[in-house]
Amino acid sequence: MAESQIKSYNINFGPQHPAAHGVLRLILEMSGEVVDRADPHIGLLHRGTEKLIEHKIYAQATPYFDRLDYVGTMNQEHAFVMAAEKLLGVEVPLRGQYIRVLYCEMGRILNHLLNVCSFVFDVGGMTPMLWGFEEREKLMEFYERACGARLHANYFRVGGVAQDLPAGLLEDIDAWCDQFPKVVDDIETLVTENRIFKQRTVDIGIVNAEQALDWGFTGPNLRASGIAWDLRKAQPYEVYDRMDFDIPVGKTGDCYDRYLVRVVEMRESVKIMKQCIREMPTGPVKTEDRKVSPPPRADMKKSMEALIHHFKLFTEGFRVPEGEVYAAVEAPKGEFAVYLVADGTNKPYRCKIRPPGYVHLQALDMMSKGHMLADVVANIGSIDIVFGEIDR
Amino acid sequence: MTQVLKDLGDYIAAALPNDVLSTEVTRVGELNVVARAASIVKVLTFLRDDSGCLFKQLVDVCGVDYPGREDRFDVVYHLLSLKHNQRVRVKVATDEETPVPSVVGVFNSAGWFERETWDMYGVIFSDHPDLRRILTDYGFEGHPLRKDFPLTGHVELRYDDEQKRCVYEPVKLVQDFRSFDFLSPWEGQGLLPGDEKAEGSH
Repeated sequence: MAESQIKSYNINFGPQHPAAHGVLRLILEMSGEVVDRADPHIGLLHRGTEKLIEHKIYAQATPYFDRLDYVGTMNQEHAFVMAAEKLLGVEVPLRGQYIRVLYCEMGRILNHLLNVCSFVFDVGGMTPMLWGFEEREKLMEFYERACGARLHANYFRVGGVAQDLPAGLLEDIDAWCDQFPKVVDDIETLVTENRIFKQRTVDIGIVNAEQALDWGFTGPNLRASGIAWDLRKAQPYEVYDRMDFDIPVGKTGDCYDRYLVRVVEMRESVKIMKQCIREMPTGPVKTEDRKVSPPPRADMKKSMEALIHHFKLFTEGFRVPEGEVYAAVEAPKGEFAVYLVADGTNKPYRCKIRPPGYVHLQALDMMSKGHMLADVVANIGSIDIVFGEIDR
Repeated sequence: MTQVLKDLGDYIAAALPNDVLSTEVTRVGELNVVARAASIVKVLTFLRDDSGCLFKQLVDVCGVDYPGREDRFDVVYHLLSLKHNQRVRVKVATDEETPVPSVVGVFNSAGWFERETWDMYGVIFSDHPDLRRILTDYGFEGHPLRKDFPLTGHVELRYDDEQKRCVYEPVKLVQDFRSFDFLSPWEGQGLLPGDEKAEGSH
């Protein structure tokens, strides 16, 4: 029998596909069931965030950051307010810093829960999804109690956070922190040593340390490749230098390692949250500099100056002195950064958002080459992408 | 920290005298290196491989538009050295026509960033393996992050029920686009509306 020639063909994966984690259109060039080339077409969720921010005053820009990576929202606001604070030279009061760290870690758990659970879901395990979302719901309640919104928080302000935490919230978060490791244990008993899960993820999409650096990997994906690098440790911001936590590092840089790193990071985040609650000082939550942060409403009833400050801040906004700054935070997905160019007016001249998922998705071609079609799904799940931030 | 960065800047400038135009440490403590556009590949290769730099990671590439300048675009590269725990920003200037050499050969992560810069600003990168648009629509015209591109864009998309397909039409706003400028007019903003009448009466 004559050997039949296998023709290579293209597969359109997405934009409407449950394993594409959003609106990813992936053109896969296949030979048989092996991927020759993966070409992600992105931008289907492009909303022109950077352009819009250039037309708004600084305070109006933070809500846009919630809508980037809508899974762990406050971490991104953090990068923007840090950039503006650096240019303005504003100090955040200690309690404000602690609240920020507490909520950033909460965002990290929110993100990792969603990613780990949906990743397992993509490769065939449904139960963790249900368990994980229950915990996410509780965390979003904590978001809601602090700022009134479950997802799009808009809680961080230049100079601090919008308002102080209500009474009793810290105790409830503390109680949640006590029971959460049990949930992670439960998820792990189902997944970590699961034969099917391991068959689908071990040695799939291996990225070695050199490749990870070359392709600009950051965050858990970089750590899974064996590089102990975390901005919270290496370039500490806020009160992270006071926090006692460990950085999990993977060995092979395959999908399985990326999963493991995220699971351990959730446990470490709980440690940080508990420490924040334990050490939370009293005091103001945002700067008293009235040129940047609005006065309390009670003052406005008595003081003309406070009234003027309020009026000026909510019409003109504050002016950021000329300069440029690159402010990076360790967002759950990796290094999320804002490159801010200010021209001395009340609007940013240029606000470049550096999304970690964008860079990771770029490497999908490199990771998937030579793998089977089903492994592409595992790769997409393991690099943790959310299209809000990739497309901006 | 600032002194370390200053020394690093001097070191880079001394090593590449013909390629680096200037170095400075900004007031927020970041190192800026302004390089010649034509030698960006050489500069980034040096920064990556030199033992005093070892900026192994290119974390970001983006454009900035200054329409008033002759070379209206800045292409800004952010590099990170894990070894020395430092960041550096490299800037080159270019205009609409002059291509900037692509650095994909030095850092693979530059690929999409350069595509994005091309898409958003129209900066051309020579020798880029795959310089297509990335974030905008298929068949999009113009470069949306340029300062002279209107916020509302030029075309809008809708589904036409008669033709049974999506159609592009010029943007029709039911109300004029309002650009709110709350900058206080009392603080040296320059010409105020109505000032030109006073000029004419002289």
